[in-house]
Amino acid sequence: MTTRNSERTPFTIRFFSAMTRTQWFALGAFLAAALIAVPVLNLAVPEGSAFHLSAYAITLVGKIMCYAMVAVAMDLIWGYGGILSLGHGLFFALGGYAFGMYLMRQIGRDGSYQSDLPDFMVFLDWKSLPWYWSGSDNFLWVSLLVVAVPAIVAFVFGYFAFRSRIKGVYFSIITQALTYAAMLLFFRNETGFGGNNGFTDFKRVFGYSVTAPETRLVLFGLTALALAGTLVLARWLITSKFGRVLTAIRDAESRVMFIGYNPLWYKLTIWVISAVLCGIAGALYVPQVGIINPSEMSPGNSIEIAIWVAVGGRGTLVGPVIGAFVVNLAKSWFTVSFPEYWLFFLGLLFIVVTLLLPKGLVGLWQTLRARKPEQGAR
Amino acid sequence: MTKTIFVFLLLAGSLSARAALDPAQVNQLAAEDSSDKVAAIQLLTQSADPDAVRVLKAMADDSLFLAGDKAVIIDGDKAFDAASGAAIAMPDNPESVTVNNRIRGELANALATLKLFDPDAGVRLASAQKLQSSVSPAMAPLLARALEKESDAKIKALLVLAHAQADLASKDPIARRAAVLVLGETTSPAIRTLLLPLTDKANEPNNRVRYAAISAVKAIDGRLSATENFGRVFTGLSLGSILLLAALGLAITYGVMGVINMAHGELLMVGAYSAYGMQSIFRAWLPEYVDWYLPAAIPLSFFAAAAVGALMERTVIRWLYGRTLETLLATWGLSLILIQAARVLFGAQNVEVANPSWMSGGIELLPNLILPWNRIIIIGFALFVLFLVWVLMNRTRLGMFVRAVTQNRAMAGCVGVPTARIDTLAFALGAGIAGLGGVALSQISNVGPDMGQGYIVDSFMVVVVGGVGQLAGAVWAALGLGIFSKLLEGWAGAVIAKIAILVCIIIFIQKRPQGIFALKGRFVD
Repeated sequence: MTTRNSERTPFTIRFFSAMTRTQWFALGAFLAAALIAVPVLNLAVPEGSAFHLSAYAITLVGKIMCYAMVAVAMDLIWGYGGILSLGHGLFFALGGYAFGMYLMRQIGRDGSYQSDLPDFMVFLDWKSLPWYWSGSDNFLWVSLLVVAVPAIVAFVFGYFAFRSRIKGVYFSIITQALTYAAMLLFFRNETGFGGNNGFTDFKRVFGYSVTAPETRLVLFGLTALALAGTLVLARWLITSKFGRVLTAIRDAESRVMFIGYNPLWYKLTIWVISAVLCGIAGALYVPQVGIINPSEMSPGNSIEIAIWVAVGGRGTLVGPVIGAFVVNLAKSWFTVSFPEYWLFFLGLLFIVVTLLLPKGLVGLWQTLRARKPEQGAR
Repeated sequence: MTKTIFVFLLLAGSLSARAALDPAQVNQLAAEDSSDKVAAIQLLTQSADPDAVRVLKAMADDSLFLAGDKAVIIDGDKAFDAASGAAIAMPDNPESVTVNNRIRGELANALATLKLFDPDAGVRLASAQKLQSSVSPAMAPLLARALEKESDAKIKALLVLAHAQADLASKDPIARRAAVLVLGETTSPAIRTLLLPLTDKANEPNNRVRYAAISAVKAIDGRLSATENFGRVFTGLSLGSILLLAALGLAITYGVMGVINMAHGELLMVGAYSAYGMQSIFRAWLPEYVDWYLPAAIPLSFFAAAAVGALMERTVIRWLYGRTLETLLATWGLSLILIQAARVLFGAQNVEVANPSWMSGGIELLPNLILPWNRIIIIGFALFVLFLVWVLMNRTRLGMFVRAVTQNRAMAGCVGVPTARIDTLAFALGAGIAGLGGVALSQISNVGPDMGQGYIVDSFMVVVVGGVGQLAGAVWAALGLGIFSKLLEGWAGAVIAKIAILVCIIIFIQKRPQGIFALKGRFVD
């Protein structure tokens, strides 16, 4: 009878019970800060004040929130699925490029060549848009592309990779090769995505100026909502039966198979979801940062995503967010103050985290907290 | 056969050389009008008289003057009659002959052509070779005369080609056809372009000549594509041997420890920078032996890379056993540190590592196919390293231990193999081989901090395709991937080739997840 009851639990209740009350509260506080406090501090507080939030800070935090979404997506596949992808930068960039096409079309005739075509196409002496650009001025179609292109690429690649049970380092290296090959492809001018320079010099989004503070705040708020949505979705996924099977596959794939599950579809589902989340993050990233180019697909970028997750703590959902913020804030501080040492720091971070902090910062905090009451009881 | 007949025809039709310079022609050199001068130069050239060289040279040196109506050469305080060369009294007020750029070019051509009649065979050969790319139809009679006089077989062959090229514009269809037939025997893209217009009816009204030209172009095309493919296979082999050097080390470390060393490419870089360091040492202290820095760099780079590898294993990789994905990340961190260290030590720019003089040049098999020495030597070097590794793995105690740990670590430990020490040694060995690969790489590509990055994916692909723990697998996979990718690059471009190979590898893994050569045995994860 009890199993019946749990089956009958309405979806909404299951959904809301995926997170504890404190977690919902924290999420609400985060959204309140992003949607109310930040705009007030940016627009209403005068520029000289100590509480004023600069446009630079908003862009930086907005950018890092996109990264945090990618990190959560990466955590779903790595922390819960045990599959280390070194090619997530590809999905991020695909989403970015898809939305970038829309932004390029929004420039209209305001480009340097005053043409209906994007500047780089005029430069290449192209007379019309290539077929895959058709409909790129339609926001709905582009939004579909943002989701569908990473999903299709991930599905096709994942189907073949998981079907032949490629896993572990083999899978990691092949994903790295995948993003590397895609980077080479996008570097070519003939591919039709601006070659080396990618897309930049955006003017408008939904008809509003990209540089206007209001537009920035709206984008910032959307990113915060998307990040919150990602966290809720991820939480719900991993507490569901699906997530439990996934974790079981991570820990003992053969046993799960012997029980009668086919790991292929579980892995493939989480892989595609992860890719789609990356694509959405990429689409939000491009209008805020104002540029997308093939270097987003470089293998180094994708590996960096893994280190955000590792620093924060794998297998926790708040960990990747913390990791993305810590590493990227450190990066923007280092590259300004000590550009020479950033790579040393990053390299050391890779080594120290893997050697000494296998569970990341969240794991460290949990261990410390678990130890204290013990000592107190003693 | 056709060649000899053709030469015979030329001999029969050629004119005999004149004895002395015609004073009228020489005087025309000093004419007012440039076109007259050019005509005079051409006439003098066609006389093929060695004496003409003297006059034309003087003209090119601006020492030809006009005194009255006679051309004279003035050299310092002496004057000579231009036509006869006899010394004469200094004329009163000689007018200098204007030599403009057009004339100067004409003179250079004429002097070059007249070199065909130089008594020195070396000069004639050089001149004939130069003519291959710059022959004009007007030279045909002159070339015929040179052919007739020439005794050296090699020069003669070159002259036949040059003459045929000049004859392509001949008015006589028989001569044209003969020229086409001669040129059809060659394998040169330049001659193909020369023949191509003749395959068009608009340019070549004579059917027999046109058909001959069409079949000649076809024959040249066939030979060209054959040599091109051969050249691609060769560059593929040399790429494959670099991949082999990179992948051998990776195969050993991956085989023994199941660890992907993402810093492997940076070990290549360490080897290449060692070569650079050795070159600097030789330049500073042993400049007379600088060509021999390379042999000295080989042991240095091996030990430098091996030391870095052993250090990496002892400090980082050792502590991550059984956590392969984390090892991947940690070694990536190591690679970032090595790259930045190279930037700090040697600067972010590429450094210059010169080929020793004995490695430059190449074997010219055909006009469009040159096998460079540095690539040949690299292939040989890779084979040599492969042989050493084979000996080490199959004929020494260390090799036996390494193979034992690869096959079954626990069992090897039980029978007394010091597995921890074997790990370090195997890692150092793999790193050292990568260092050797770096030396080889320094000879054919840029040496810079980022040079290793591009090779890790490729060399891992070799390991994936070849299978783990097998030298034979790595060898076949490396050579196969090298040749396959160069052949693909030939007709699809580098990027498409890379993507196609990646797709092929993914499909290949579907069929044979263990690689070409799988270790036999029972494994469970």
